[in-house]
Parts: sequence; structure tokens; C-alpha cells
Amino acid sequence: MNIFARIGRATMTLLAHIGRLATFMGKALAALVSPPIYTRLILSQMMRIGYYSLPVVGLTAFFTGGALALQIYLGGNRYGAEAIVPQIVVLGITRELGPVIAGLMVAGRVAAAIAAEIGTMKVTEQIDALTTLATNPIKYLVVPRLVAAVVCMPVLVGIADSIGVFGGYVVATQSLGFTGSIYLKNTVDFATAQDINSGLIKAAAFGFIIALMGCYNGFNSKGGAQGVGNATTSAVVSASILILAANYLLTSLLFNT
Amino acid sequence: MTAPKIQLIGVKKRFGPKVVLDGVDLSIDKGSSLVVIGGSGTGKSVMIKSVLGIIRPDEGTILVDGEDVTRVSGAARDRVMKKFGMLFQGAALFDSLPVWENVAFGLIQGHGVPRRKARDIAIEKLAKVGLTADVGDLYPVELSGGMQKRVGLARAIAADPEIIFFDEPTTGLDPIMADVINDLIVSTVKDVGATTLSITHDMASARKISHRIAMLYGGRIIWQGPTDQIDHSGNEYVDQFIHGRAEGPIKMAVKA
Repeated sequence: MNIFARIGRATMTLLAHIGRLATFMGKALAALVSPPIYTRLILSQMMRIGYYSLPVVGLTAFFTGGALALQIYLGGNRYGAEAIVPQIVVLGITRELGPVIAGLMVAGRVAAAIAAEIGTMKVTEQIDALTTLATNPIKYLVVPRLVAAVVCMPVLVGIADSIGVFGGYVVATQSLGFTGSIYLKNTVDFATAQDINSGLIKAAAFGFIIALMGCYNGFNSKGGAQGVGNATTSAVVSASILILAANYLLTSLLFNT
Repeated sequence: MTAPKIQLIGVKKRFGPKVVLDGVDLSIDKGSSLVVIGGSGTGKSVMIKSVLGIIRPDEGTILVDGEDVTRVSGAARDRVMKKFGMLFQGAALFDSLPVWENVAFGLIQGHGVPRRKARDIAIEKLAKVGLTADVGDLYPVELSGGMQKRVGLARAIAADPEIIFFDEPTTGLDPIMADVINDLIVSTVKDVGATTLSITHDMASARKISHRIAMLYGGRIIWQGPTDQIDHSGNEYVDQFIHGRAEGPIKMAVKA
């Protein structure tokens, strides 16, 4: 095949994907604002997406905060700036690492679970069955997950921020010789509302991406077990990539650079 | 003569280069039962899903009570969907919900019946398909294939639909259970007075549950008539199919 045909075909496939995803998102947003609202389903999804993600997000945030404190101490040491540890830890965690690490962990946990569940429903005709029971599958399956993820992610990231800062605090006070009260005072004095809010806004956007990619890939899975496996993989991969891309975009928007 | 309940006129559907339906014309009278027979991969499922609105045909018209269902959307579609009930080939029960909630699903979600009342109706429908109330609290994975089909049937009739679709109702069941399901289909359909459209390749089932039989081949209906005429169709395709002969005008594509 000639090279132009190949490039053309790849471009067309990509554009078709983007088009399908945009249509899917449009349907989901339209379903979001029209009744009925399945409160019971939203609550159960919040439990699965938010509450059960707490241990994973908490642990990763703790270790990330600890490692960050250590690195800043070692780096700052090169020109006598070790004392900056609490300030950089809180800045790094709230602005970047909290939302990104939580986003990636939840993408791995939740986008995969959503894609596998909806994909299995698709290949066993359960989604067609919903339609025959006068129920809109997008409204019944996608909307509760989207709402739950968008609401839960900022809460998770808020908790991840605290635990991440605490991880830095533990390392700084236990092995780097910082005094606890001074470390905390420096942290609180330095952090601004914008640092924290920007992270929470990112978190909501990441939540949207996670639920959307899980649902989209699940709805488009084909074939049997292998198809569901593929859908799960692409859900996690695409959600992760989109989270990192959106993170850059949001950083540049939120901080006007 | 009354207008047909369901009418398909020149319905065409292709997937890429593969033509699946090539101008299907079919009509089903109110209260009657039509079974469409045909080999695997001849587009029977595509046809049924087109009537349901899950697949949109490329060309042609599908009338339900004289209303073109290929063009409706939104609230009008919801209204049309409420006329339908369907039993899926693999039962397609929601595995996250207990049996009674599966049966009551359309009532609760589609018709806004309160849960407690919907549960009572579900138990009553389960009794109709020969299942006791305690089955209602089990989950679909805990049931055998035959029981899942019964629950699927109970779910299909739960909201007293005007039209019921059966997709391979007896496939994957042993002959005795298949006959039990056939009996249940006949009795429940008579009970609700529904019009039915079924697809199957099980001739025993087709003969038992239908008033009329149509055969789909090459994307078209090549023969249709009353069930008792099927043995005298004078159509060699139909004869080959109902006697299950490998030799004949229908050549099985071994390679896709």
C-alpha cells in the first residue's frame, strides 16, 4: 500500500473515533439534564467509584508525598535550600501530584471496572434488553457513573492532598530533622486557595474523563471475552493519556501561562 | 380486514459491503404469531432488532400500528418501546439484580410502578412461568439455563406488552426443557393476547408456537404461509431447511 493511502486511512480512523466519542459524549450530556434521575444508582456508583478507591489513593499519595520530601531535601541541599521542603511538598502535591496520581490510580481501578462491566452487558445483550424495557441505556448506565466520578474525584483528591502532605511531614520530621510544628506552619502559610482549588478542578475533569472512557469503550466492545478484554485495556490507556494531556491543558489555563 | 400490527416494507440493511437484509416484506396480524426461520447468519436477528429500533435500517419502512418506528425518537420512541417485550437468546438477565427485580425492571423503570407493587406483579409473573416466589430473591447466575429462559419470559410479559419478540427461545436447552418453554410461550402469549414475532432454527419450536411461518434467505422472505402448509410449501429451500439436509439449493458457506 502506498504511504499516502496509509496516512489517509489512519487519519480517517482517528477522526471516526473522535466523532464517535463526541457523539457519545453529546448523548451522555443530553441524558444528564433530562429526567428521570436515578438517585439510587448514583449513590451506589459513588460508593464503588469513590469510597472503595480511598485505600489505593491514600496509600499512593502517602508514599508520593514522602518521596517528594526526600527529593526536594536532597536537591535543595545542593545550594543550601533544604528548608524549602514543606513549601514545595504542599505546592507539588496540591497542584500536580495529588490530582494526577489519584486520577491515574482511579483510571486503573474504575475505568477498567466500568469498561468490563458495561462491555459484558453489551456482549450478553443486556444493553439491548434495557432498550426493550423502555429504559435508555445511556441514562441508566452512563449518567450515574459520570455524576459519581465527577463528584467523587475532588473529594478523593482533597483527601489525597492531606495524606500526601502528611507523607512529606512524616519523612521530614522522622528522617530529615524538621521540627513538626514549624513544618506544619510553613505548609499552611505557604499554600494558597488557588493551589488547592486548581487541583480540585482538575480532579473533577479527570473524573469525567475516567467515567466517559470506561463507558465509551464498554459500549463499543465487540465479540466475546476478548472484546471485553480489549475494551478494558483501551479504557485504561485512553483515560490515562487523556488525563495527562488534560492536566497540561488545565495547568496552562488555570495559571494563565 | 384490519390493518396489520407490524408491517415491514422493503427493509434493507448492509454492514460495510455485506448485504444482510435485501428488501424484507413481512406483515403480522394483530394477535397472531409469526415465526421466521432461516439459517445462522441470515439476518434474522438484524431484522428483529430493526423492528425494535436497536438497529436502524438503511432503507424501507417498519410500521407498528401504522406508525413508522424507524423515524421516531425521544418520547415517541419511549411510547413505542412500551408496547414491546422481548425474550433474548441468552436470556440477557441483568446479573447485578435479583430475579424479581429483573422481572419488575420494565415496570419500575419504564412505567413508574412503585417497587413494592412491582415486586408483587413480578412474583405473579414468575408463578405464570412455573417459578416459586423464593426464586425471586436469587441472582441470575444461580439459575440453570432453562430457569433463566423462564425468568426472561416472565420479564418479557411483565408489563403486558402488545407485541413480544422471541429470539431463538429454545436454543441451548435440552429437548424436554425446550418443549416446556414452547408450552409456556403458547400459554402466556394467549394469556396476554399479544402479537408475536419469533426467530428460530428449531423446527419443532417453530411448528408449536406459530400460526404462520416465513423463511428468510439471502436477505429476503422467500416463502411464507400458515404453519400447517410448511410441509407442502413446494419450495425446495424450505424443504431443505425443515428436513435439515446438507444437500440442496442452500449452500453453507464453510469459509466466511
